[in-house]
Amino acid sequence: MKKRTGVMLSLALAAGTLLTACGKDDKAADDKKFKVAMVTDTGGVDDKSFNQSAWEGLQKFGADNKLKSGSDFKYLQSNSPSDYAPNLNKLVRDKYDIVYGIGFLMENDIKKVADQQPKGKLAIVDTVVDKKNVASIVFKENEGSFLVGLIAGMQTKSNKVGFVGGVESPLIKKFENGFKAGVKMANPKAEIMIQYAGDFNKAEKGLAIANTFYGKGADIIYHAAGGTGKGIFTEAKNRAKNGKKVWVIGVDRDQFEEGQPQGVTLTSMVKRVDIAVQQVSKDTKEGHFPGGKVVEFGLDKDAVSIAPHKENVSKDALAKVDEFKKKIKDGELKVPKDDKEYEEFLKTLKK
Amino acid sequence: MDFLQILALIIPAAIVSAAPIILTSLGGVLSERSGVVNIGLEGLMMFGAFIGALFTYYGQEWGLGAASPWMSFVAAIVAGAIFAIPHAIASISLKADQVVSGVALNFLAAGLSVFLTKKIFDAGQTPDIQERINKGDIPFLSKIPLLGDWLFSSAYVTSFVAVALAVIVWFVIYKTPFGLRIRSVGEHPMAAETMGINVIKTRYISVILGGAFAGLGGAIYVATISGNFSASTISGQGFMALAAMIFGKWHPLGAMGAALFFGLAQSLSITGEQIPYLKEIPNAILLVLPYVLTILALTGFVGRADAPKASGKPYEKGKR
Repeated sequence: MKKRTGVMLSLALAAGTLLTACGKDDKAADDKKFKVAMVTDTGGVDDKSFNQSAWEGLQKFGADNKLKSGSDFKYLQSNSPSDYAPNLNKLVRDKYDIVYGIGFLMENDIKKVADQQPKGKLAIVDTVVDKKNVASIVFKENEGSFLVGLIAGMQTKSNKVGFVGGVESPLIKKFENGFKAGVKMANPKAEIMIQYAGDFNKAEKGLAIANTFYGKGADIIYHAAGGTGKGIFTEAKNRAKNGKKVWVIGVDRDQFEEGQPQGVTLTSMVKRVDIAVQQVSKDTKEGHFPGGKVVEFGLDKDAVSIAPHKENVSKDALAKVDEFKKKIKDGELKVPKDDKEYEEFLKTLKK
Repeated sequence: MDFLQILALIIPAAIVSAAPIILTSLGGVLSERSGVVNIGLEGLMMFGAFIGALFTYYGQEWGLGAASPWMSFVAAIVAGAIFAIPHAIASISLKADQVVSGVALNFLAAGLSVFLTKKIFDAGQTPDIQERINKGDIPFLSKIPLLGDWLFSSAYVTSFVAVALAVIVWFVIYKTPFGLRIRSVGEHPMAAETMGINVIKTRYISVILGGAFAGLGGAIYVATISGNFSASTISGQGFMALAAMIFGKWHPLGAMGAALFFGLAQSLSITGEQIPYLKEIPNAILLVLPYVLTILALTGFVGRADAPKASGKPYEKGKR
């Protein structure tokens, strides 16, 4: 008796498996929809930063093209850097038409997966991978930083402003030099303090640097330092509570909330990863996958800008921002992105 | 910028970043003095930071206002104490390897706190807390020339709490019968037992107290420095506290001094870049300065650091 039940059971199971397999095949046959997916870094899709922004872009793209969340477009979360390569691999094998790796930390994994899966289409945000089947999405952070630099230059009362970077790299240098150029353009007399914390995740270092900068008389600090920037907000809020007027300029997304309740966020340099992701997905869908190319997103595509919260920015500063936005878009002004270009920029200013 | 101004920048920054480490290293002192190695300080601190952020957030929701962070400290103390219990059970009652159990605690805290954050807030990090500990001038004391500027101007109350607790822990360990018991079970549990001291109970109390201190350290980090909790909020501070405890030779005041020294070295390396002359030194050298100074201090000035004799060894009755 027992044996027979066992046989029946296994038969039923086998039939079930076969049938489900059939079902899957049928589905795959008519499934000619365009599918997109992304792999987050360890921040996850709610990191209030570029992972979140990229996911919003995918969601928007999915809604525009009537794709189903979770199957036609989806994300895989990486809980540790060792998840990057398996996640990317899985999505490519699942026949997603384009797979995004969010963040420059995935550079090596993207390279590896691109070699292993020459037919897969990949894209990486924030860095350049020179492979035929990888599209590199980069931003002109220097242009956005230039705009917030203009605001800082116009609104500083002490003529001293600061810049705090996470780890010194060509990427963060773009923020620094764009910002410096903006400040000098609006206010040639302004003194700019620069410091790199050597870490993106040490709030206490941000706090100490902000303490030093504000202590030396700076009244506006622009940060491109990720979690280290939290310490800068803490210090600014402390000073605001004690009646001193100091500002922080946020980065990557609108950091207005971070400055509440004291309202220390002057403005933020917003990087629209969502726009970039939508654009590249659309191009790929239309058959123009920019593989092997570097796609640059700047002011011209509205992919970098100042934050929508503008109540702390003066009218004059906003006018100035609009004026220079146009100049940059028209190509009249080239914003420096490294130290050498900044030196040259300063020379043109003096003329 | 003259020298005094520089000091006025460096010293307060050092104290701010040292306070959470002082508290956590006190937790380590209590635990190890009783003979239980506590590698789990990082995990305890992380869990305390999570509870701190969580309860400050709910405190605000419940309308506690400025009292929210203080309520969260109490919660973090309790949570840290509870969280240390598995370590106590494993290493005291079950006689497991204390290092392994401590490492397990670190993993557990990292996983659990991030998991709970995800469950509760449906996000990778807690919201920013609005009510924090305010920096302020201490009345009267901040008027003292020089010293007032260095120690009592724009300072966190929590920093003084940390220093006061260090003194209290010192007093308890060295001046009270209870402290003598803690030290004796850490040095020679057999002799202590012969004298009628309950070794197991004393060790349990010490480990749990240690957890409470580490939890408070984490919560204070959130309230004074980071302002929210995410997986990367506590990244290495607990291990720095462990180092401070060893550097301070398992002495509460020594641990405090070591934590302050770490803070000073770090704030010097940060402020250094903005000081004339020091500015000329390459950034990388300033960044490694805290670690180099620590090694120099350890090898040059501290001399031998002797752990409590029975530290790391489970106590078994009647075993020689």
